[in-house]
Amino acid sequence: MMRTLLALLLVLLLGSVARAERLIVSVSNHRVTVTPNYSGEELVLFGSVEKDATTPADRTAYDLVVTVMGPRADMVTRRKERTFGIWINTDYRQFLQVPSYLALFANRPFDAITSPEIARRQQIGLNNVRLTQRVSGDFADVVPNDAFRSAFIRLRTQRGLYREDPSAVTFLTPTLFRTGIPLPAEVPIGTYEVEIKLFANGALVTKTETAFEIVKVGFEQFVATTARQNGFVYGLATVAMALMTGWMASIVFRKD
Amino acid sequence: MQLYLPIADLPVNVFLVLAMGAAVGFVSGMFGIGGGFLMTPLLIFIGITPAVAVASVASHIAASSFSGALTYWRRRAIDPALASVLLSGGVTGTALGVWTFTQLRALGQLDLMIALSYVVLLTTVGSLMFSEGLRALMRTRRGAVPPRRTHNWIHGLPLKMRFKRSKIYLSVIPVLIVGTVIGFIGAIMGIGGGFILVPIMIYLLRVPTSTVIGTSMVLTLVTMLVATMLHAVTNHLVDAVLALILMVGGVTGAQFGARAGQKIRGEQLRLLLGLLILSVGVRFAIELVIQPADLFTIRELGVGT
Repeated sequence: MMRTLLALLLVLLLGSVARAERLIVSVSNHRVTVTPNYSGEELVLFGSVEKDATTPADRTAYDLVVTVMGPRADMVTRRKERTFGIWINTDYRQFLQVPSYLALFANRPFDAITSPEIARRQQIGLNNVRLTQRVSGDFADVVPNDAFRSAFIRLRTQRGLYREDPSAVTFLTPTLFRTGIPLPAEVPIGTYEVEIKLFANGALVTKTETAFEIVKVGFEQFVATTARQNGFVYGLATVAMALMTGWMASIVFRKD
Repeated sequence: MQLYLPIADLPVNVFLVLAMGAAVGFVSGMFGIGGGFLMTPLLIFIGITPAVAVASVASHIAASSFSGALTYWRRRAIDPALASVLLSGGVTGTALGVWTFTQLRALGQLDLMIALSYVVLLTTVGSLMFSEGLRALMRTRRGAVPPRRTHNWIHGLPLKMRFKRSKIYLSVIPVLIVGTVIGFIGAIMGIGGGFILVPIMIYLLRVPTSTVIGTSMVLTLVTMLVATMLHAVTNHLVDAVLALILMVGGVTGAQFGARAGQKIRGEQLRLLLGLLILSVGVRFAIELVIQPADLFTIRELGVGT
């Protein structure tokens, strides 16, 4: 017991000593608004690596991995199979609390930045991100080449909601960096977490977090919330609208 | 011009949707039908999920059938008694349909059911209408007189009622059943059902042509209004913005369609409509049989907003 405590203390101490760099980051916009004519946009994340006196002098080359995660949701992936000559949804897997948007950016290929072992532990690359599935009562992530998992990632990628780009982060100077965060037109609404991890010589040096928010505003937002919260009033309004349009048409086009 | 649809959750081109509404409206005005069976597939085709398409088209059909019904009302071409009997069946059918819709959606088989119902219904109705139109056309070519209408087994059923404006004496049982069936399939498939209802009323119930279209429009109007309400309350899937664009395009197109329709002869019209319905059905059938480009689909179970 005592020995484990000591060991823990040692790790903590060493950790704080080794953390000789500090990351300072900011996104270009902390509140993205989705308006009726929203067709996607790109945020910019920029920041710098601050060194202090304890930074080893030989440490000059840094690697950076940026993870952007949208609001989490449960999703179902279904597979079609040919039954009686037609294609029917048969098998399915439920993905629990997975990010609705997921982007991984780096300044060079993930496998060049760090070892496969660390990459898996730090969830670097779409293959290493944890996507919990419910497999007949059990909750677990599966091997990266699982059919449902890879189909899930492929479909999300096609819609621009999942992406990885190992060349998106650019170092403007050895310590100053920037990266773009593309947000497609059908981007989910909610809070987005951004995690920035700094690597040097294959080891994780430090990490920091920031966040931004995507909100629907104006008429958009009003319609969407009313539909969800006041279904009855919304239905009545739609019905009234239909009747008005029909009535107007019969007046306008009346043949007299 | 791009516009973001709040419920469908995707941006669409306003002019594209407006043009689709107008084109379907033209066809519906020409044949005197609601046009839902064309509109819903078109919406699915541009990327709107079948569930949202079905729910939103309901309000679009309500608008176009209301404008039609008003016109027929002024011409006294609606049988109020017949309409109310049809309606009591229709409302029950719609409620059952929306309930089934919700159940199927939870099971993940809604898209399949929508597609299957389209195949079965449209190919059947389409081929019947097409062959009937073809026969009628041959008859007029040969100059033969159409066969005399005879009473069938339906007219032997009990609970008879006199429908004054249509000048028919008919049991309420088949009328109620027809109303229920149309309401049910309408809610599931996002169609008004006019293209099935009109032939049924003419051939099976022997309703005279003077009141048939107006009365069927009243049924379509009310079932679609009920469907809109129920879809809005239970599934929150009605996209009012989408519906409004469709309505405006639809009612405008319908006026021009109605004028074009008057220039074409009845048999040719039926032949064309049969062909149109048949081709939509066949298109759905092909989609079910050939291997889809992607075997996997994702559905989100509510994003935490």
